[in-house]
Amino acid sequence: MRTDIISALSIFIADEILSQPERIIDENDKLISSGLIDSLSLVDIALFVEEEFQVIIDDTELNADTFDTLTELKAIILSRQS
Amino acid sequence: MNKNFPERLWQLCQEMPHENAVHFLEAGSDDLAITYQEFYQKSADFAEALNQAGIQPGEVVVLIIDYRVDLLFAFWGAVIHGAIPAILPFLTEKLNPERYLSDLASLISVTRPSAIITYRDFQPIVTKAAEGGSSVRSILYLEQIKREDKDPVNSHQGFNRSKNDIVLLQHSSGTTGLQKGVALSHQSVFNQIEALSESIQLERSSDVIISWLPLYHDMGLIAGFILPILSGIPLVLMSPFDWVRAPYRLFQAVSHYKGTLSWLPNFAYNFCARKIRDRHLSEVDLRSWRAVINCSEPVRRESHLAFYEKFAPYGLRQDALQTSYAMAENTFGVTQSGLGKEPATQHVDQYAFLEQGMIKAAEDNKPSLIMMSSGKTLSNTRVRIQDPDGKILPDDRIGEIALQSNCMLSEYFNRPDTTADSLQDGWFLTGDYGYRSGEEIYVTGRKKDLIIVGGKNIYPGDIEELLYELPGIHPGRAVVFGLFNEKLGTEDVILIAETDLEKPQDHQELADLIRVHVTQNSPVSLRHVKITSPGWIIKTSSGKTSRSANKAKYLAELNTA
Repeated sequence: MRTDIISALSIFIADEILSQPERIIDENDKLISSGLIDSLSLVDIALFVEEEFQVIIDDTELNADTFDTLTELKAIILSRQS
Repeated sequence: MNKNFPERLWQLCQEMPHENAVHFLEAGSDDLAITYQEFYQKSADFAEALNQAGIQPGEVVVLIIDYRVDLLFAFWGAVIHGAIPAILPFLTEKLNPERYLSDLASLISVTRPSAIITYRDFQPIVTKAAEGGSSVRSILYLEQIKREDKDPVNSHQGFNRSKNDIVLLQHSSGTTGLQKGVALSHQSVFNQIEALSESIQLERSSDVIISWLPLYHDMGLIAGFILPILSGIPLVLMSPFDWVRAPYRLFQAVSHYKGTLSWLPNFAYNFCARKIRDRHLSEVDLRSWRAVINCSEPVRRESHLAFYEKFAPYGLRQDALQTSYAMAENTFGVTQSGLGKEPATQHVDQYAFLEQGMIKAAEDNKPSLIMMSSGKTLSNTRVRIQDPDGKILPDDRIGEIALQSNCMLSEYFNRPDTTADSLQDGWFLTGDYGYRSGEEIYVTGRKKDLIIVGGKNIYPGDIEELLYELPGIHPGRAVVFGLFNEKLGTEDVILIAETDLEKPQDHQELADLIRVHVTQNSPVSLRHVKITSPGWIIKTSSGKTSRSANKAKYLAELNTA
C-alpha cells in the first residue's frame, strides 16, 4: 500500500515533470541520478513539497546525495514535519 | 589600441590593479572578490604551467573544469601564454561517462589540442580520451599548478600574438556541436566588444554585469565573461548549477552588487517568474538593473510580461527588458534593441506569416501573432534577408538571415569543408529565418534542424542516433523535433519512436528506457516520448524522415485528441 506522501509525489512528478499522467513512479526508482528528473525541474519538487507538506528543502539540498528516491524524500518530509 | 587580449588585460591591470574584476559567488561559501592584479597573477600561474609543459603559442588547450574560480584563471592563463583555450562542459552526475568520453575523443580528433587542463577526479576519462596517438602531449591538473602569485610581468608569449591570430574556440553542445569549434581572432572579439558596448552604452564607471551563464556557451563566454573583463567592468559570476536550483540568487546578487546588466535566454524569464518565492525577495531592490537582455532563444513578449509582472514590485523597470539576436559565429551579438524603451512589437496576420512567409498587419477576427523585434543590427554588422536562391528580399518578407561583419569567425577550426559551406558570396548564412521591418530585425524560426532548449543548441539527429543503440528501435524509425511550450518559454524535445512490441506495458518500459538513455547521453531531457506501432512516421519518397512533416502530424493528432 503506497502512502499518501509517496502517492502525492508520484502523481506530481508524472503529471507535471514527465507529462505522463499514467506513469507510476516506484518508491525506489532513482529520480535524480538516473536523470528522470532534469535539473530544470528540481526546483519544482522543492516548491511542491513546500506547498503540499509545509516542509522546506533548501536549494543546496537539491541533489542525489540528499534524496534520490521517493522513499528518501518522504523520510526528509516526515522528519521535518515532526 | 591594444593588438591582443594580453595587452588589454595588462593595461587594465596597470590602470586599476586594486579594482575588482570579478566577484565569484558560490552557494554555501562567502563571495570571493578578485582584483585585476590578482586576476592577472593567478592567470599567469597557468601561463607559466603551460610554458613549463612545452605548450606552444597557437596550440589549443582544452579546459574541462567544474564551476570554480580556477576555470577563469586557466582560460586567461592560456590566453596570456598565447595558446588557444576551448572551454568544454564538464561531466555532470546525470551524464553517461562513456558517452562523454567518446564525444571528447571525437573533439580531440578534430580540434587536435596539445594540452588539457582539468582536475584530478577527471583523470580516468581524460587520460583515456587522449590516449592512442592523439595530439594531446600534456594533461595538467589544477592540483599540480604552482601558485606563485608573482608580481605581474608583461613578458609572456601571448603578448606577441598578432591581432588576427585565433584567441579562443567556442563549441556548441552535443556530438555534432563539439566537432564544430568556432575560431575567433583577437580583433574579431575586440570589434564585437566595441560595437556591442556602443549599442548598450556600456560605462566603465557605473556598470556591473551579473551572470549565471555557463562559460562554454557564447552568451556566457562573451557577454558574461570576456566583455566585462576586457572592459574594466566588474563581473558578478555565479554557477549555472546554483542558479537552476535557486534562481532567486540572481536577484539577490543584482540587489547586493547594484547590477546594471544581465543576459538571459528566454526560458529563464518564465523560469524566474514561476519558480521564485516572494520570501526570497524580501530585501531585493532591482532599480539598478538597466538592461536584462533576452538572447539565444526565440524571444517572446509573453515571457517579458510574466517576468515584469513578477519583479515590478521589487523595482524592475519595464524598459529594462531588452532583446538581442546573437551567435557564436559573429562572436556574439548581431542585433540589439534600443535601451531605455521596450523592444518593438508587431501584431501580424497568422495566415500570411505561416503560409506565405509575409508580414501583414493583423485584422480583426482573424488569427494573429505577436512578434517581438530583436532590435537593430550592431554598427559593425550588416544583415540581409534572402530567399533560397540568394536573392535579397524586401522588408516584411521572411527569408534566411545572412551576415557580414568585422567580428566573424575566422573558421570552424580544422573544418574547411564546413567553413566553406556556411559562406555564400562573402555572406555568412545563419540558418535562421527572419524579416526586416524598417531598421528592426525580427527572428522567426530556423532553416536548420536545430532545437534550442533552455538556451542549449541540440541537433535532433544526435538524439535519433542515440535511440538506435537501444533494443527494440530500428534505425530510421524514430524522429525528434522541438515544439514551443508557452508555459516554459522554450522548446520541448518531442520524440516519436516506432516499435514492433505490442503490449502497453512494453511501450511504457521502452519509453522509460529511452528517456533515461537520452538524459544520460545528451545535454537534454525529453519532455514527451511517444511510442507507436510501425507505420506512423512519415518518410519522404527518398526514404528520409521529414522532421517538419512528422511535427505537423503530431500537432494535428494533439489538436484532434
